[in-house]
Amino acid sequence: MRFLVLAAAALAAIPATAQELQGRNLAAACSICHGTEGRSATNDSPLIPLAGLPRDHIATQMRAFRDGKRPATVMHQIAKGYSDPQIEALAAWFAAQKR
Amino acid sequence: MKRREFLKFAGATAGASSLASLAGCASAVPSKARVVVVGGGFGGATAAKYIRLWDPSLDVVLVERESAFTSCPISNLVLAGYSSMQEISHGYDALRRHGVQVVQDEAVAIDAQRRVVRLGRGDDISYERLVVSPGIDFNFGEIQGFEAAMNSGRVLHAWKAGAQTVALRRQLEQMRDGGVYVLSIPLAPYRCPPGPYERASMVAAYFKQAKPRSKVLVLDANPDVTSKGGLFKAAWKDLYPGILEYRGNAKAIGVDPATMTVKLEVEDVRGDVLNVVPPHRAGDIAQKAGLITTNNRWCDVDWRTMESKAAPGIHVLGDATLSAPAMPKSGSMANNHAKIAAAAIVEILGGRTPAPMQILNTCYSFVSQKEAIRVSSVHAWDEKDRTLKTVPGSGGVSAARTEAEGTYAWNWARTIWADSLG
Ligand code: HEC
Repeated sequence: MRFLVLAAAALAAIPATAQELQGRNLAAACSICHGTEGRSATNDSPLIPLAGLPRDHIATQMRAFRDGKRPATVMHQIAKGYSDPQIEALAAWFAAQKR
Repeated sequence: MKRREFLKFAGATAGASSLASLAGCASAVPSKARVVVVGGGFGGATAAKYIRLWDPSLDVVLVERESAFTSCPISNLVLAGYSSMQEISHGYDALRRHGVQVVQDEAVAIDAQRRVVRLGRGDDISYERLVVSPGIDFNFGEIQGFEAAMNSGRVLHAWKAGAQTVALRRQLEQMRDGGVYVLSIPLAPYRCPPGPYERASMVAAYFKQAKPRSKVLVLDANPDVTSKGGLFKAAWKDLYPGILEYRGNAKAIGVDPATMTVKLEVEDVRGDVLNVVPPHRAGDIAQKAGLITTNNRWCDVDWRTMESKAAPGIHVLGDATLSAPAMPKSGSMANNHAKIAAAAIVEILGGRTPAPMQILNTCYSFVSQKEAIRVSSVHAWDEKDRTLKTVPGSGGVSAARTEAEGTYAWNWARTIWADSLG
């Protein structure tokens, strides 16, 4: 029983594809402000959780921050550090996380 | 004494044992683990948690001296009375729920050849991969008289949050109105580049409100404010004129608690509260384990894996590292270093090759009770120079001090505490 629980957890944790691994590793840097795996740390967080947001929404917002089309306190400076493929990997990974 | 410590330890692990056994760990100090982590701060706690998150088949033991983590970020607000020790203290129970076996003890020796960590109580734990996140210790000898003055409680650094934070707050509360608080800053690199300037701002905010005839005198060994200079100076000019005075190129070389003076190279400066931050180096265990590679102070690492350049199989994180170019010694960085190490360790122990990672820094600083300023950077692996470098065009500082940055600063603090220890 314990073995089964562990085996299932282990299977769930290992990223299946290179893009998933890239997304997971890139997203880990975001969690200092957006919460582990994009889930908010507190109930009264001023930021909407990234986990489970539509992939297109995340990618569009990142590009809008990067290109100066959406005003921001910090995200405009962060988004400029990410290429289009990196933004796609981030968006796909956060979209796939449980809320 | 030994017995009391043992009982305390037995009690602590008994509480965790049901959870620990659920995660496949024994309840006593194990004789071996695939991964051992030394130090439960922003670096070590995050590494332990993320290794379990990313590969639950790995057993992880965290060795930490204290029963709870006390955050340096936000501790300057405790000095001003805007936060509390309770708010900045976080226990290790959540890590236990992630299946990390937390052992409260000090790592006193590391045998890198045999891959063994020795604990203060005498047990040995052998490992396949070791993470050392030791934080800083001080080169007290560089400031004559400091260590004795600190031990007598007269002169504090309060540059590790904890008992000295509480004691410094008490000194500030007890100081007469019209007194002078002196803050001495060491030459860079030191822990948290903007931290001293935030501290000066917080003490000035407290004086303005509670002891308006008092002064903050900043003696900086550096020629000028080392981080967010324009934003700090604007805040000081607007908010604390006549209260906060800044002097660059003012390196402390000694203290005299009898006359309450800080000795600079050319003059002596008197104060009512002396807060002297001595130069630092990687924490003691890094020194004992031979992990220090540079200037007798810092530990050089391979930035793809955080593996020590001095000892294979040992990953060094956080303030103890020889910083990559333009990389600050910060809580955000230590947390991000931990994720590089966690990903690398999971790949290596899984028989795969780790890929370089891209990481992020952000440091918020309060300049008044509600307003904050910020600096951010993005760091990516550079194949040619074989280090992490800032991504061109990314990063920067706040446009101005605002309450919105203050709100996000609190969000960052609560979120990084939870990401590291929750
Ligand atoms: C230093 C804290 C911080 C970090 C690190 C950070 N963010 Fe943000 N994020 C914010 C803040 C604050 C906002 C609100 C906009 C603003 O003021 O910049 C935000 C907003 C966003 C939004 C908009 C959500 C919406 O729909 O309104 C997205 C998407 C986002 N961040 C993605 C990311 C990603 C991806 C990363 C990692 C690469 C990241 N963030 C790292 C602080 C941060």
